[in-house]
Amino acid sequence: MAYSEKLMDHYENPRNVGSMDKKDTSVGTGMVGAPACGDVMKLQIKVNEEGVIEDARFKTYGCGSAIASSSLLTEWVKGKTLEEASEIKNSQIADELALPPVKVHCSVLAEDAIKAAIDDFKSKQTAESDA
Amino acid sequence: MEIVKNMKLPIYLDYSATTPADSRVAEKMAACMTIDGDFGNPASRSHVFGWKSDELVSEARQHVAALIGADPKEIVWTSGATESDNLAIKGAAHFYQRKGKHIITCKTEHKAVLDTCRQLEREGFEVTYLDPEESGLIDIAKLEAAMRDDTVLVSIMHVNNEIGVIQDIASIGTLCRSRGIIFHVDAAQSAGKVDMDLANLDVDLMSFSAHKIYGPKGVGALYVQRKPRVRIEAQMHGGGHERGMRSGTLAVHQIVGMGEAFRIAKEEMAEENARILALRNRLWEGLKDMEEVYLNGDAEHHVAGNLNVSFNFVEGESLIMALKDIAVSSGSACTSASLEPSYVLRAIGRNDELAHSSIRFSIGRFTTEEEVDYTIQLVKNKVAKLRDLSPLWEMYLDGIDLDSVQWAAH
Repeated sequence: MAYSEKLMDHYENPRNVGSMDKKDTSVGTGMVGAPACGDVMKLQIKVNEEGVIEDARFKTYGCGSAIASSSLLTEWVKGKTLEEASEIKNSQIADELALPPVKVHCSVLAEDAIKAAIDDFKSKQTAESDA
Repeated sequence: MEIVKNMKLPIYLDYSATTPADSRVAEKMAACMTIDGDFGNPASRSHVFGWKSDELVSEARQHVAALIGADPKEIVWTSGATESDNLAIKGAAHFYQRKGKHIITCKTEHKAVLDTCRQLEREGFEVTYLDPEESGLIDIAKLEAAMRDDTVLVSIMHVNNEIGVIQDIASIGTLCRSRGIIFHVDAAQSAGKVDMDLANLDVDLMSFSAHKIYGPKGVGALYVQRKPRVRIEAQMHGGGHERGMRSGTLAVHQIVGMGEAFRIAKEEMAEENARILALRNRLWEGLKDMEEVYLNGDAEHHVAGNLNVSFNFVEGESLIMALKDIAVSSGSACTSASLEPSYVLRAIGRNDELAHSSIRFSIGRFTTEEEVDYTIQLVKNKVAKLRDLSPLWEMYLDGIDLDSVQWAAH
């Protein structure tokens, strides 16, 4: 299968690989997918007091398209507000990386990952304000 | 990475998928094509063009028969192992169906066998799909227990295409013979790699392919035993070629190529196997000390050229992408719409992660030591890189049991 240059670049030089402290209340963690399906994506965001994503990190077990989709996503969410980040659509990721049809599910997974990370961050905030 | 001079990239390590034709094979084939060559139809009885081609086909038949210890009259040419499997299984099932309609095969068979059995199920046959042991081998006692009075056919492959294990076809054959059951063996991956002498084996039908042993694609053969005589119903009807079992003008150049490939195999097999086994062992020695690597398939009953390894916590397709300098295949069928891990690895009890993380290296005639050494280094580097990226590896290092995690399946 021929992949786009952008996809290969993200796959070979993935951006923002790593992990942040899960327990930190300013960090939201989204882990989506399952080993049985062949991909697991972990996306973490660090959110400042203005509700802007300051930093993002990922780790992905999966095919090249899944790795590239999550790498691209970390670039895109940095500097965005939570609301802006939650508006990122899988189709934008698929278009940017020119994902072939059988790989579109990788971009869906990336969209799920950022939504899950935002939800995790928000639930931590609620828990904190309740305390 | 340092590249050895004269080493051509990518390195071909997918000999179980197909092999390049030996140049001696290609040369013989080219001589059967043009007006200056032996292009005649072997069925033409009225002129020298036909006679000459018939002679070449007959020589090729002898070469094939000689490698496997059969009589040339027991060889039926086909278009490949898939056709041979279809002809053997459907042909025997249809011919003997008045005796019974039960067939036994194994879950790790090639799709050419499994899908043919599925078709027979649609026609009203009953099929038992045996589970192999974790080693990939069949427990003869379990096979015996699955046999019924209406069992007419057992189909078990000799060497598995994914994990390279060698089944004990001698014992299975003896058992089938004692019960009066026809025994078919798919030997696409074993001819020229494992010694066999059909004169002393209780095998009734055996499928062969040319392109797995340095012959051309598009040609194969079916061994149909004469003593005791095994009957099959033709699946391809026409001019009554191959004693009525497989009609169609013989593809002389293909057949000549297959004959030459089998001739070379008989001559060079012992030496070649020793060399290939040494390379396979070298590769495994180089990889086995990495953390969380697993060898798939029984280590002892194993064909020389195959090494199937799971690299835990790394997904097979991304590993293949990372290993673009070597041509290997993965047990993960992620590119297909089904997203299914290898059914062979699942059948021997490997979990999803390990099944998704497997790579099949297959070594052959033209593989060199330098290529194996390069491969070891490349695999080590890339697996390390992908593990740095893998959340599963991170969880493993943190001591989290992945089976205890509730995954959101999608």
